[in-house]
Amino acid sequence: MKMDVSLCKTLGNFRFATEFALEGSRIGIFGPSGSGKSTLMHLLAGLHKPDQGSIRIDGETLFDDTQRISLSPEKRRIGVVFQQAHLFPHMGVRQNLLYGYRRIPKRQRKIDPQALIAVLGLESLLGRNVTSLSGGERQRVALGRTVLSCPRLILMDEPLNGLDEGLKYQIIPYLKRVFDEFDIPLLFISHSLNEMRLMTDEVLEFQAGQLIGHTTAEDLARRRMGNSQVGYINLLPLGEYRQIGDLHAYSWGNQELVLSVSGEGAAGMFELSSKDITLFKRHPEASSARNLLRCRVTKLFGAGNRVGVEMECGGQPLVAQVVGEAVDDLGLVPGRELVAVIKASAFRRLY
Amino acid sequence: MFDFTPTDWQAMELSARVALTATLAALPFGFAAAYLLVFSRLPGKALFDGLMNLPLVLPPVVVGYLLLLLLGRNGWLGGLLEELGIRIIFTWKAAVLASMVVGFPLLVRSIRTGMEGIDLRLIQASRTLGARWYDSLFTIVLPLSGRAILAGASLMFARSLGEFGATIIIAGNIPGVTQTIPLAIYDYTGAPGGEGMALGLCLVSIALAFAVLIFNQMMVKRLEREHPQ
Repeated sequence: MKMDVSLCKTLGNFRFATEFALEGSRIGIFGPSGSGKSTLMHLLAGLHKPDQGSIRIDGETLFDDTQRISLSPEKRRIGVVFQQAHLFPHMGVRQNLLYGYRRIPKRQRKIDPQALIAVLGLESLLGRNVTSLSGGERQRVALGRTVLSCPRLILMDEPLNGLDEGLKYQIIPYLKRVFDEFDIPLLFISHSLNEMRLMTDEVLEFQAGQLIGHTTAEDLARRRMGNSQVGYINLLPLGEYRQIGDLHAYSWGNQELVLSVSGEGAAGMFELSSKDITLFKRHPEASSARNLLRCRVTKLFGAGNRVGVEMECGGQPLVAQVVGEAVDDLGLVPGRELVAVIKASAFRRLY
Repeated sequence: MFDFTPTDWQAMELSARVALTATLAALPFGFAAAYLLVFSRLPGKALFDGLMNLPLVLPPVVVGYLLLLLLGRNGWLGGLLEELGIRIIFTWKAAVLASMVVGFPLLVRSIRTGMEGIDLRLIQASRTLGARWYDSLFTIVLPLSGRAILAGASLMFARSLGEFGATIIIAGNIPGVTQTIPLAIYDYTGAPGGEGMALGLCLVSIALAFAVLIFNQMMVKRLEREHPQ
């Protein structure tokens, strides 16, 4: 998708002004609350009218004040998934899902409802009343409803915000599957770095109504390491597991990681902070930590007064953080072999 | 018990007919007015709002007199209708019109309150899903205002049953033609020995109004069960 946007909008004391051109299919809009992310979404979808500017997607002009073009929301074919699902309360799940589908011309119906319902795991919910759904289920139905309207682009406005902390990430695999399977460009709005890294390839960073950077979520995460309490979050896709006593050993690349996560073990995405990785020059004789991994330093990067150590562990990337003095003590340079020590309890399952 | 005369029965039947007709006829206008007040960005909205609520605070007699000026033989609308062979003044249609005007603010207020409770995002969601504004209006706004429409309609119906001041001015008090329950009661109170019959019609009035309120409550409860919001 190609997008060419130049927009200006004043709302009370808040002034939103931006200009960008980009090409991609997984784009993140990142920034703190009040940075103008939602304003951008409303302007793109045609729910608010810009004071001036233009919006062009794949060569088609959706808005241009100089040419007096302003397509109404239903003509823009831009789907929106709101923060709260905003399902129609007077309709059942099936009616909600098909609301948009029934309103598009037959030739535009590129997505088969049955296929989508299967991907989102909604079969058992079809006959239900929307008021009886859980937060995650509602959000899945809202996504399905938007996808079935076969839009040229989907805007998601903090879709995980309304969900419980523990269940938040469980919807991510559904999102990924839908966007992989049906090939719809996505503009994902969030203030969560983890969500950005899981869902997007490139990121537009907003602050106080202005675009301040065009980067990647990975890059943002590394920059943040310097001033964040939680450090850099390693996102680890872990595969098959076996039980060792009350611990789980998950396969990770060509090695294993030992985790003490509660509940049923299954393949999934786990997070590990760069702060929870201790680096040793040589293999320690014994350690209370359950993971001692041989790694090779690939790159060092600075972030604030900390140094990020990018390593390669059995074919997998891993980022640890150290303070400047440790760089000298360990003789950290690219190519250096190290042992990374990680406690089994340092991992947290995302989904 | 009360021995109602045929004209009393006619008054009851006419009251019900006038109230029902006035309510049904006012519904589309009431819905449109509420929609404009809630969702549109009309420049003269405050003025429109004031005009809409005026009959609520004006003496009904004033409303009746203004309608008489408008619809009388010398009024501009009355003259026009006369040419077309339509007569409204002093017919039951005039009673309907009087009830419509006097009860309209109650209907609009009630629907408006309901509409203001609709999350704007639901309408926005329907628009981004490909619904045009009128499609949104009929598939989202109308069903979600159902409860409020019903509440407003029953309120207006009850108000119409009691309409007196405007009705007596433009419809007169003609037994069997334009005499509704309140007008019949008025007649009885002025006639010697009519107190008993007046009381009887009062009780009928109370029973009717009460039945409407109970029906209203039942419908509202049922809708609440079906579509909790």
